Amino acid sequence: MAQAFTKEMARNIFYGGTVFFFLLFLALTFDTHLALPDRDRRELLDPETDLGQQIALGKKVWEDNNCVGCHSLLGEGAYFAPELGNVYTRYNNSTDGIIGFIKSRPKDGIPGRRSMPQFNLSDEELEGVAQFLKYASQIDAAGWPPNIEG
Amino acid sequence: MTLKYPSQAVATPYFIAAIGLFVAQILFGLIIGLQYVVGDFLFPEIPFNVARMVHTNTLIVWLLMGFMGAAYYLIPEEAETDLHMPWLATLMFWVFLVAAALTVLGYLLVPYATLAEMTGNDLFPTMGREFLEQPTITKIGIVIVALAFIYNIGMTVLKGRKTVVSLVLLVGLVGLAVFFLFSFFNPLNLVQDKFWWWWTIHLWVEGVWELILGAILAFVLIKVTGVDREIVEKWLYVIIAMALITGLIGTGHHYYWIGAPEYWQWWGSVFSALEPIPFFMMAVFAFNMVNRRRRNHPNKAATLWALGCAVMAFLGAGVWGFLHTLSPVNYYTHGTQITAAHGHMAFYGAYVMINLAIISYAMPILRGREANGEKAQVLEMWSFWLMTVSMVFITLFLTAAGILQVYLQRYSDNPQSFMVVQDKIELFYWMRFFAGVVFLGGLVAYIWSFFVPGEKTAAQMAPVGQAGEGGSAVTPGV
Repeated sequence: MAQAFTKEMARNIFYGGTVFFFLLFLALTFDTHLALPDRDRRELLDPETDLGQQIALGKKVWEDNNCVGCHSLLGEGAYFAPELGNVYTRYNNSTDGIIGFIKSRPKDGIPGRRSMPQFNLSDEELEGVAQFLKYASQIDAAGWPPNIEG
Repeated sequence: MTLKYPSQAVATPYFIAAIGLFVAQILFGLIIGLQYVVGDFLFPEIPFNVARMVHTNTLIVWLLMGFMGAAYYLIPEEAETDLHMPWLATLMFWVFLVAAALTVLGYLLVPYATLAEMTGNDLFPTMGREFLEQPTITKIGIVIVALAFIYNIGMTVLKGRKTVVSLVLLVGLVGLAVFFLFSFFNPLNLVQDKFWWWWTIHLWVEGVWELILGAILAFVLIKVTGVDREIVEKWLYVIIAMALITGLIGTGHHYYWIGAPEYWQWWGSVFSALEPIPFFMMAVFAFNMVNRRRRNHPNKAATLWALGCAVMAFLGAGVWGFLHTLSPVNYYTHGTQITAAHGHMAFYGAYVMINLAIISYAMPILRGREANGEKAQVLEMWSFWLMTVSMVFITLFLTAAGILQVYLQRYSDNPQSFMVVQDKIELFYWMRFFAGVVFLGGLVAYIWSFFVPGEKTAAQMAPVGQAGEGGSAVTPGV
């Protein structure tokens, strides 16, 4: 690098650039949170309602069983098992379909093939996780995934 | 050869534990690689999600162990004073190691839901999110270890010489601790959950970790090339400036499809398209410094790791990141094997290799010699090529799998279901698995190189040059 460009100038670019772009990032973050109420379906999450409580239980079941360790949800997670952000629509807008699938997993797997473990969830937990996935499918994710297969 | 500052020796257990966890990471990587094609392998004893959690969590912990070892080794030398509290560093090593071991045992011995219940996840739910699967109590332990570590390093820097390398390292480490705190924020609102989750994940690996990477790379290059510190430090500032200028807003490439506003497709695409720049500069920097070296350091292996790190980080993080970062491309590739391909090469190139570079440089000195003997170094360089080339193949096979997956499942006129497509791309998973086996071979060679008896090299027998920081002086411009 040319001598005219000193270490002090490089240092100032680092500090100045970092502060400026961090502030810009904060501003965009703030604006995003203003825009989210129209996109994230938070009205479904009201803890005063049955549905809100079911979704809260569903998210807990989702996390307590590390579902994201095999599946992706809105494209994030592992890529070993199908995307679940749109599983509700893939199952013909049916929570019963989701519940039926989770319940029917064989305890010892399927010879030679990938199989979801049997988690022995209660009916309440099954309903919760299905409602949680239905809620995920209703988030405005900018038209993603590209098609029903996820 | 003895250590300049006796307290640097606290780094040794950190480096050894890091390599031990690296072995565990690779073994579990092979397990999940095999489960991709032999679906019932170890089922139901070790289901995929558990083995993957061990694979990713041991990676994170061993990289952190390596960063800590690196800091404990290089900060006394940079600050020209002994570590503030060596005993605290040793104590924290054991706390960290025991916490990590208990967590991994918890993953393997009880169902994850039981672990969540046992560790009181209901009181303070933070578990079950990718890479942040650790029980809340483990997360609190990580914070305590990180604070004690930063205190120790910070006090050492304060009482001693303040170099740009230590300053940048310290800023990176403080950032690491601060952004980890977002792992405790887990709102019910899924969009907010995902939005803030990235403040830990992205702002670590595409933010503050790049500062740590830059500082360690700069330190190693100063040592092995003898190039004037002023020049190295100027490069370091420019590289990390570009890393944060592009990487902060670059977070936007994770906000395309999780419910955040569409404008992130513009912000994310434009800024993350610039993210390869700092990595390209890092590669130019590393080769430049080595070409302008003022001495030939006898540790050839460390130089190789440093150069390899800069190149592979550029390919993995820079090129493979750019490949799928533009939002119109990412619309099709998001959450496919393309992401996995990028993740593997980026982590290996940037963070695994920088750790192996500092370990390669520091371990011989910690063991009382300036560099390992010829035979040990040749074996270590074999391990470099075995691991690096096999990682290139792992990345290429996953990329091929990803392209087919995107086409068959998302792009063709008749999209097919996930599992049908997985069966069709099986061949590439098999090839990835075999490349992984070769990687393990490279890792075995690497560990073996530590046990090759060290005969003295010519450079070691010659008196140490006047250049100061080790190595024999050579005429400039060689």
